Amino acid sequence: MDLSAINPVLLVASLMVAATPLLLAAIGELVVERSGVLNLGVEGMMITGAIAGFAVSVETGSPYVGVLAAAVAGAALSFLFAFLTQFALANQVASGLALTLFGLGLSALMGQGYVGIRPPAMTRLDIPVLSDLPVVGPILFGHDPILYFGLLLTAAVWAFLKFTRGGLILRAVGENHDAAHALGYSVIRVRVLAILFGGACAGVGGAYISLIRVPQWTEGMTAGIGWIALALVVFASWKPWRVLLGAYLFGGINVLQLNLQAAGVAIPVEYLAMSPYLITILVLVIMSADKSGAPASLGRSFHASQ
Amino acid sequence: MIVLEKRPEPSRLLSMSTPVFAVIVTMIAGGLLFAALGKNPFEAIRTIFWDPLFGEYAFYYRPQLLVKGAPLVLIAIGLSLGFRAGIWNIGAEGQYIMGAICGAAAGLALYPSESVLIFPLMVLAGALGGWIWAMIPALLKVKFGTNEILVSLMLVYVAEQLLASMSLGLLKNPQGFGFPGSRNIAEWEAANSWIAQDYGMHWGVVAAMIAVIMAYVLLNKHILGFNIRLTGEARRAARFAGVNPTRLILFCLGTSGMLAGLAGLFEVAGPSGQVSIDFNVGYGFTAIIVAFLGRLHPVGILLAGLLMALTYIGGDIAESQMGLPASAIQVFQGMLLFFLLALDLLTNYRVKLAMKGTA
Amino acid sequence: MTGTLLSIRGLTKAYPGVVANDSVSFDIQEGEVHALLGENGAGKSTLVKMIYGLVKPDSGTMTWRGGEFAPPEPRAARATGVAMVFQHFSLFDALNVAENVALGMENPPSMRDLAAQIRSVSENYGLPLDPDRIVGDLSAGERQRVEIIRCLLQDPKLLIMDEPTSVLTPQEVEILFKTLNKLKSEGTAILYISHKLEEIRTLCDHATILRLGKNVGTCIPSETTARQMAEMMVGDTLHTPTRSAKEEGAPVLRVNDLSLSSANPFGTRLKNISFTVHAGEILGLGGVAGNGQDELLAALSGEAPTEAETITVNDKPVGHFGPNERRELGILAAPEERLGHAAAPDMSLTENALLTGAIREKLMNNGFVDWNATTKFAERIISAFDVRTPGPTSAARSLSGGNLQKFVIGREVLQNPQVLVVNQPTWGVDAAAAASIRQALLDLAAEGAALVVISQDLDELMEIADHFGALNEGRLSEIRPALGLTIDEIGLMMGGADASEGAAA
Repeated sequence: MDLSAINPVLLVASLMVAATPLLLAAIGELVVERSGVLNLGVEGMMITGAIAGFAVSVETGSPYVGVLAAAVAGAALSFLFAFLTQFALANQVASGLALTLFGLGLSALMGQGYVGIRPPAMTRLDIPVLSDLPVVGPILFGHDPILYFGLLLTAAVWAFLKFTRGGLILRAVGENHDAAHALGYSVIRVRVLAILFGGACAGVGGAYISLIRVPQWTEGMTAGIGWIALALVVFASWKPWRVLLGAYLFGGINVLQLNLQAAGVAIPVEYLAMSPYLITILVLVIMSADKSGAPASLGRSFHASQ
Repeated sequence: MIVLEKRPEPSRLLSMSTPVFAVIVTMIAGGLLFAALGKNPFEAIRTIFWDPLFGEYAFYYRPQLLVKGAPLVLIAIGLSLGFRAGIWNIGAEGQYIMGAICGAAAGLALYPSESVLIFPLMVLAGALGGWIWAMIPALLKVKFGTNEILVSLMLVYVAEQLLASMSLGLLKNPQGFGFPGSRNIAEWEAANSWIAQDYGMHWGVVAAMIAVIMAYVLLNKHILGFNIRLTGEARRAARFAGVNPTRLILFCLGTSGMLAGLAGLFEVAGPSGQVSIDFNVGYGFTAIIVAFLGRLHPVGILLAGLLMALTYIGGDIAESQMGLPASAIQVFQGMLLFFLLALDLLTNYRVKLAMKGTA
Repeated sequence: MTGTLLSIRGLTKAYPGVVANDSVSFDIQEGEVHALLGENGAGKSTLVKMIYGLVKPDSGTMTWRGGEFAPPEPRAARATGVAMVFQHFSLFDALNVAENVALGMENPPSMRDLAAQIRSVSENYGLPLDPDRIVGDLSAGERQRVEIIRCLLQDPKLLIMDEPTSVLTPQEVEILFKTLNKLKSEGTAILYISHKLEEIRTLCDHATILRLGKNVGTCIPSETTARQMAEMMVGDTLHTPTRSAKEEGAPVLRVNDLSLSSANPFGTRLKNISFTVHAGEILGLGGVAGNGQDELLAALSGEAPTEAETITVNDKPVGHFGPNERRELGILAAPEERLGHAAAPDMSLTENALLTGAIREKLMNNGFVDWNATTKFAERIISAFDVRTPGPTSAARSLSGGNLQKFVIGREVLQNPQVLVVNQPTWGVDAAAAASIRQALLDLAAEGAALVVISQDLDELMEIADHFGALNEGRLSEIRPALGLTIDEIGLMMGGADASEGAAA
């Protein structure tokens, strides 16, 4: 065991990388839930985004086109969910589970020819001087563009919800869809758009895992990150900045346990590997006392009867 | 423009027939998928749905139907109780693993005893293992209001890690030349769950049949079943009727965990034979599809479980004979659930065509 | 300003099984207060939803100042100058007042300007309101102000008000009427929907009367008696419940200093409630909606158990009992919300009979349900209370509101309660069904049961209650004999005037 092998600067830098897929998926789901919809299919959309992004990157040679494809794939899958829950008025829990089961199968099918390949790398940010600074350089200025995009997206979602009319309408739909309908807002349209946004975010989150974090394709490689993203939204009380905080916290735990595994700590590998899931449960328990941030219409179907 | 109009009452006829429609539509969509993969769709569908039952080697595959169907039905029956009440245990896979670990451990601790009490002890331990694993989300939900969906699911990953740890450590076969995995329980006379291996009969099949009957009686004849249905239909009315939500959550999650644990135990002591890293193959998740496809009704679940078992077996055949990827079957199963949920609309709503913008 | 503002010709709208509006025609003049009068289910709400663009008519036309008017959605109606205050508020509990107002406007100014506008309008019209407060924390009267201000900020030509006074105390009604008269004097036309005749007589210039979806007549309210209007509205003479004179029995239900937090985050906390109901007595509890009615029913039915001694029945403490333990002792209840609380919508009437009847009607044997006996019980309710339905296998939601309410009340009455607590027994029920429900409650009291009737319909309470009290913000006023109470006194009680003050006076 050699704890000194763990470099704190690299730890923080890799923590940010580990947190990004979680952040992207959770911020998308946050918007979905604020509109009053619970989409449990995050895991399925992520894994589909992971393979779509991977495959397109390999075929086109451009990781950026791949990320775009991942967003489209995630949104396309989420459209199935939107159709089921918003038009066919199916149960949201069941539909979300269906999405995850379907996405896991679909990604495995799509990914058959891509096992063991290395994807084209995404260029990292390289600002002369700044990126070479000790400590600050690798942490703040040495990452790939998607990581910064995730941070930007968090700020954008926060501002959208807080300051714009669109954000106000979205929150209103999530709070009381009957009242929003009575005022003439199209509940279904708002929710479908939110679901598509959530799907695209989850897709990009998935692609981040297969293109940057790992980077390669293996079946079921999201390994529950989509589910942790769902837990993160609860943890964050449906507030964007707290999603960021939570994502970095979970990213940190994950990176730490991986580092401890590598350093050969006397705890068996399996117990370290289960720690993120146990901590998620712990956090859920602590946060479940406070449900004040939850949108009041969350998970309820809307049908304009008259 | 298409207009939905809520029916005054759900249509019973459609409620029973939509699963059949869903299967048919999925076959068509699945055929298209197989064609897109470059396989002959008709041959693929025949291989999956016909050959295991009536093909040349059906005598070999038919018993498999019981072997694969039993855990699916057993788990789905348990899940359906909770789903009816709006209590979502989606971590059956974890409870299934824990049942197998606990049951196998209880037996292996006494190896190589040939006492007649070994198997009953294992059954008990398996049920207990699954029950405890499900009581974690149940207790957290009633004590703290924690979301049972996420907790039960997180515990699947924890159980998988425990499974890995057990097959590499505590339960590893001391005479296994260092290979991971426990002793083979199926070859241990006092501990295996087989009744008649040639016919696919093991105690899990018996347990599944008993579970179907008990669930039917519970839901249709007993006040507890009525309370479960009432809670799912109208939570506030259930409260008004004096239903204790805490007890209901503990009962539904506990029962489904217990049944999943039993399924795991019967599997590890029979068809699978040993605790190993890749012991679980997703029955706990497929059972969710089975529960919905069976309309959360015990008899429906029995039929749906057999159908799902058929897709597993047929999928294996199609994989070996036609080179159809195993994941194609997973997609197929996912599609089935999709179509079912979409067609469900028809039970509660009439779909009408309306002229847009009438004067 | 004179002339016709909105002209409605032959509007028809049918829903499956019911024609909500059947060729309705009438005119609204500029700057008048026009009443739309009718019973529950007469089609008033559907009609105004068509004017507001929420529902599209099957046939018929509307013209606005001579031009064609067919709003495809509320936004278009608002742009034309139609504003609407809803009966069930279209507000968002978790958002603040300014955000709620902004959501009802086409092009809201920035939040800071909007807050200033809200302050000035609210002062102008005597409707004090703080733009930063969270709407969920407001009282019913304040919430209505939010809706009204939301409308006024858009400078409407036609303001539609759907049953606005059902949530107000008599004093608040007076304030509202002052506001409406001021608006009228500024040239705004008001379409005022109500079934309260006296209000219409004091406020409105013209009235259009709807019955079963048809326009059955128009009148000038100030020149028409309430009786004439009522007959147009109902179509025939009504059977009024009969009361038999009786002596006060022994005390049965006692509530001693009951305080209880609400299960709902925006609910009302019950504060130090005490009262006694005797055998054969009906205690009527009035009050504006949202002042603790639901919470009190939950406390009495056992859905929200409390300390044992706070509720006693025949001197036996029952406060800690759940609903079924109380049912065993003959304490029954019928909540306000029919679908989803008193009854499960998708379940059959038989199953709904089991919902509360399992214990007293002995429909269970060791936990196993006796479905034959349950069906018989359901059939007994259906025939005794004249519930119009194909049979006990029908789903609860397939019944009309009045029929389901008869079933819900009948289910409890037939179980011979010692104590019966009902909340809004005739809400949304047609007049004939309402009369028969009230009669059943009176008969039950005559047989010696102790009844608590919670209602927002003061006329109903005055008709059947022996004693009257009012809930205000979770407190109960002094209980007084119903006979001889004046509307002013009731208003003060509902407004929360201190009980001891009233006693001293």
